[in-house]
Amino acid sequence: MRKNLIASLAILLAGSTAALAQDAVSDGKVKIGILNDQSGVYADFGGKSSVEAAKMAVEDFGGTVLDMPIEIVDADHQNKPDIASNIARQWYDTEQVDAIMELTTSSVALAVQALSREKKKIDIVTGAATTDLTGKQCSPYGFHWAYDTHALAVGTGGALVKQGGDSWFFLTADYAFGYSLEEQTSEFVKSAGGNVVGSVRHPLATNDFSSFLLQAQSSGAKVIGLANAGLDTANAIKQAAEFGITAGGQNLAALLFTLAEVHGLGVEAAQGLTLTEGYYWNLDEQSREFGKRFFERTGSMPNMVHAGTYSAVMQYLKAIKQAGTDETEAVAKALHEMPVDDFFARNGKVGANGRMIHDMYLLQVKKPGESDEPWDYFNVLSTIPGDEAYIDPAKSGCELVQ
Amino acid sequence: MTMIFGIPIQAFLGQLLIGLINGSFYALLSLGLAVIFGLLRVINFAHGAQYMLGAFVALLLLQYFGINYWLALIVAPVIVGVLGAIIERTMLSRLYKLDHLYGLLFTFGLALTIEGTFRYLYGAAGQPYSVPSALAGGTNLGFMFLPIYRGWVVVISLIACIGTWLLIEKTKLGSYLRAATENAVLVQAFGVNVPLLLTFTYGFGAALAAFAGVLAAPIYQVSPLMGSNLIIVVFAVVVVGGMGSIMGAIITGYMLGITEGLTKVFYPEASNIVIFVIMAIVLLIRPAGLFGRDA
Repeated sequence: MRKNLIASLAILLAGSTAALAQDAVSDGKVKIGILNDQSGVYADFGGKSSVEAAKMAVEDFGGTVLDMPIEIVDADHQNKPDIASNIARQWYDTEQVDAIMELTTSSVALAVQALSREKKKIDIVTGAATTDLTGKQCSPYGFHWAYDTHALAVGTGGALVKQGGDSWFFLTADYAFGYSLEEQTSEFVKSAGGNVVGSVRHPLATNDFSSFLLQAQSSGAKVIGLANAGLDTANAIKQAAEFGITAGGQNLAALLFTLAEVHGLGVEAAQGLTLTEGYYWNLDEQSREFGKRFFERTGSMPNMVHAGTYSAVMQYLKAIKQAGTDETEAVAKALHEMPVDDFFARNGKVGANGRMIHDMYLLQVKKPGESDEPWDYFNVLSTIPGDEAYIDPAKSGCELVQ
Repeated sequence: MTMIFGIPIQAFLGQLLIGLINGSFYALLSLGLAVIFGLLRVINFAHGAQYMLGAFVALLLLQYFGINYWLALIVAPVIVGVLGAIIERTMLSRLYKLDHLYGLLFTFGLALTIEGTFRYLYGAAGQPYSVPSALAGGTNLGFMFLPIYRGWVVVISLIACIGTWLLIEKTKLGSYLRAATENAVLVQAFGVNVPLLLTFTYGFGAALAAFAGVLAAPIYQVSPLMGSNLIIVVFAVVVVGGMGSIMGAIITGYMLGITEGLTKVFYPEASNIVIFVIMAIVLLIRPAGLFGRDA
């Protein structure tokens, strides 16, 4: 009788702890949505490979958090803010998604972050670049993880100014990201004593850059700043070579360019370009280990968006564990407080504006024949300390920072 | 420096030339569409996919069989043309009895299927196809640096456009085609095999698209999306020129290419809508198009 009593007490206790965990994690599972461009100009920049990176993080974490299963869902937003908002709304309202991540394309990221704030959900942006995400339009539940336009301006812009590129002409993608990148690079160029002679805006997903390139050419600027990304940048670089622009002595600054685009363009056309990334797979033992595992699953090496997505998912799960719940306020608090230190982010910390501040790398594309192995594309020129690369949260213009 | 409309004459001439180059692609593509519409009364939405196929076939021929650009310029259109003929024979021809809308829906679905398959197989990012060595490099025209390959595109497209026009307007085969457009039943009664003529026409239209695709491969990346980026503009060209009008399609193609090029100088933000604004105006004033006849 007494044995039975103890046994039933034990069962009761076990039952109640399970119930407790159930309360701690809403709907009995943690669901993360990866929302990005899976078919357009940015499909290689992030795309399906980001989804794979998120799944790797979940597996490496052990598949469960607080004894509850973790699930990854994904969707293609086609670079359209309205489509992205509809998907995000549906995820939050009817499919119990707890957080949305990746969010390539700044216009989309801004829209989804605003929605997430309204719905009181966490979003971690790895694919988009605009500093507005942690500036004017920051959210207490929004985080910006891999890189931003300021880091690119400091890195790539700074390097070219140092090399004597004191007059610039911009080819700018005609939406939030392009404006932000152009504006911040211009400021940087001007503060270093250079000047901006002009700029031209082109629609997202432009096939033919010849008109714009000719305008840049006739401007006589020493540096043509490409404030665009993905296939747009690759096409512009290829066509600039065709029109003899690089041979004519003008330098190209691919302000947002990653391993994925270098691979697509080929080392022949990309050689010598300077670029800034928050991660390079061939940096050290830790980054190589992830790179190789990622390669086995996707057939390509990761860029900073893929590696950053892994890091963001991992940190989010750690934050849930730390907070003991997936409730938004508690997890956001944990994310703000916990240091970030993994193969992606060295010396990482999260500012009060949601910006994850970590070291960035200034890289240069190797010449053909210099590579020791496939995907070995970059020489590391320098490491940019996080505090130099990113805006001081206190000066970011974010209302959350007092 | 001499100025014209507030911009240096050099820049103006450069943009004019670039407009001409882009216009060559518009003309070549809208020509195929016009030929198909003229005879089959099918609005061929798969035209962009066939253009993309041409570029991909050239790329694959090079990768797997080492077939160079010059041969691909002939072989790729033939392959895509035959493929087009098979599609017409086995599928599209079943829809002639129905409303035109069904042909449009079918070819639209076909385009999505082809593009989706290639996206699945090759990813969305482009793959490089190098310019043949004989046409590499460029020449300084004084007002701009013209890549030789782009000059070649203008010349060869003009030849293809004029050739097609001659084929349709001046040959016996062309006269059958035109007659069948006017009255298919009567032409059949004279012993001309009209269904075969239709198959040939669709295959020819597809081959023209593929030809443009091979020409485009060295300029743009070979990508599954290259066709869908272009097809809507090309439709606008055909509508402005007058549905089914061969010469209209050619002239309008070059004209709109140049208009678009100049817009990029004066107001770049409008460059991707200027063609559609013109289309809307033309539809309001001359619903049959600039060169079309009222039905």
